[in-house]
Amino acid sequence: MSTSTIDPKVVESKVKSIIADQLGVGEDEIKPESSFIEDLGADSLDIVELVMAMEEEFEVEIPDEEAENIKTVGDAINYINTHKK
Amino acid sequence: MLLQGKKLLITGVLTPQSIAYGVAEHAIAQGADVLLTGFGRAKSLTERSAKRLKPGMEVLELDVTNPAHFPALTEALRQRWDRVDGVLHAIAYAPEDALGGNFLNTPWESAQTAFRISAFSVKELAMACLPLMPRGGSIVALDFDNRMAWPIYDWMGVCKAAMEATVRYLARDLGPKGIRVNTLAAGPLATVAAKGIPGFKSLSQGWGQQAPLGWSEKDSHDAVARTVCALLSDWMPSTTGEMVHVDGGYHAVGAPPVDAQAESEATAPAPGKPSGG
Repeated sequence: MSTSTIDPKVVESKVKSIIADQLGVGEDEIKPESSFIEDLGADSLDIVELVMAMEEEFEVEIPDEEAENIKTVGDAINYINTHKK
Repeated sequence: MLLQGKKLLITGVLTPQSIAYGVAEHAIAQGADVLLTGFGRAKSLTERSAKRLKPGMEVLELDVTNPAHFPALTEALRQRWDRVDGVLHAIAYAPEDALGGNFLNTPWESAQTAFRISAFSVKELAMACLPLMPRGGSIVALDFDNRMAWPIYDWMGVCKAAMEATVRYLARDLGPKGIRVNTLAAGPLATVAAKGIPGFKSLSQGWGQQAPLGWSEKDSHDAVARTVCALLSDWMPSTTGEMVHVDGGYHAVGAPPVDAQAESEATAPAPGKPSGG
């Protein structure tokens, strides 16, 4: 499926599913305001892998300096929505 | 191609920003067969990167603190290849209390961990590959020049110095078997590993000003990767026990350039007035 057809709702649910899978947390715990580190228990390696998983899922590139600003689930969803092709 | 038909074991690939990733990328483009190693929970990250490098690329398990992993690595290599031509050691770790300005208070356990993973593992890795290197070959270890003390780097620095010495002793003992062993001393580069070094940014700032060729923590990865490939190739056949700097030339000069003219204008007495006092 081409990323151009993904609507924001689908992005949100896919992002949540990647996070749940990567961090081993329930999808119901994952809110847009959840901080990866403080609320979801991620460490720096988890975040690096989350970024790579999202790059692969949505065929976007997330440069390091952008990745540093992605602190919450909502940040990730916004990034994908504004950068997906 | 530079590495046509070479069989290379590359450790230390975490993400596409890893120095070792660039080495693997160039090595594959230059005709080499490449296997990666990864360990523990970071292995899934290495596997993601492996997929980007080349579909189907394998990642072998190697935790250098587990002695059983080395014979297992030898066996895994033997099952896949008849020989190994080159090895990149790109593994280092120091616990949080062993670097970042805590030098005087670091406990033995933390220094010991850093030594085992960052220095002793070069010997262990070399010995695991040795049975598959009857035709000789090249071992390269990634380094940060620690002939002098640095801010921040602390016991990681001591362990890098130990690694440099380990490489010289390996060069001594493996030379007669036709195996070259060298370190590559890179300037500071932005990688996942660098994120673990507190104060890294301050250390890397100014590197580009002092280095005659310039340096960028974001963009100089490729220079390092290419030089590793050169060391793994047949084109540096009589170089061993060496520390090859890929740092823009930083190590060769004592200080960044000064603007002598601006300084003399600022401090010189005004014309026509007596100086001194």
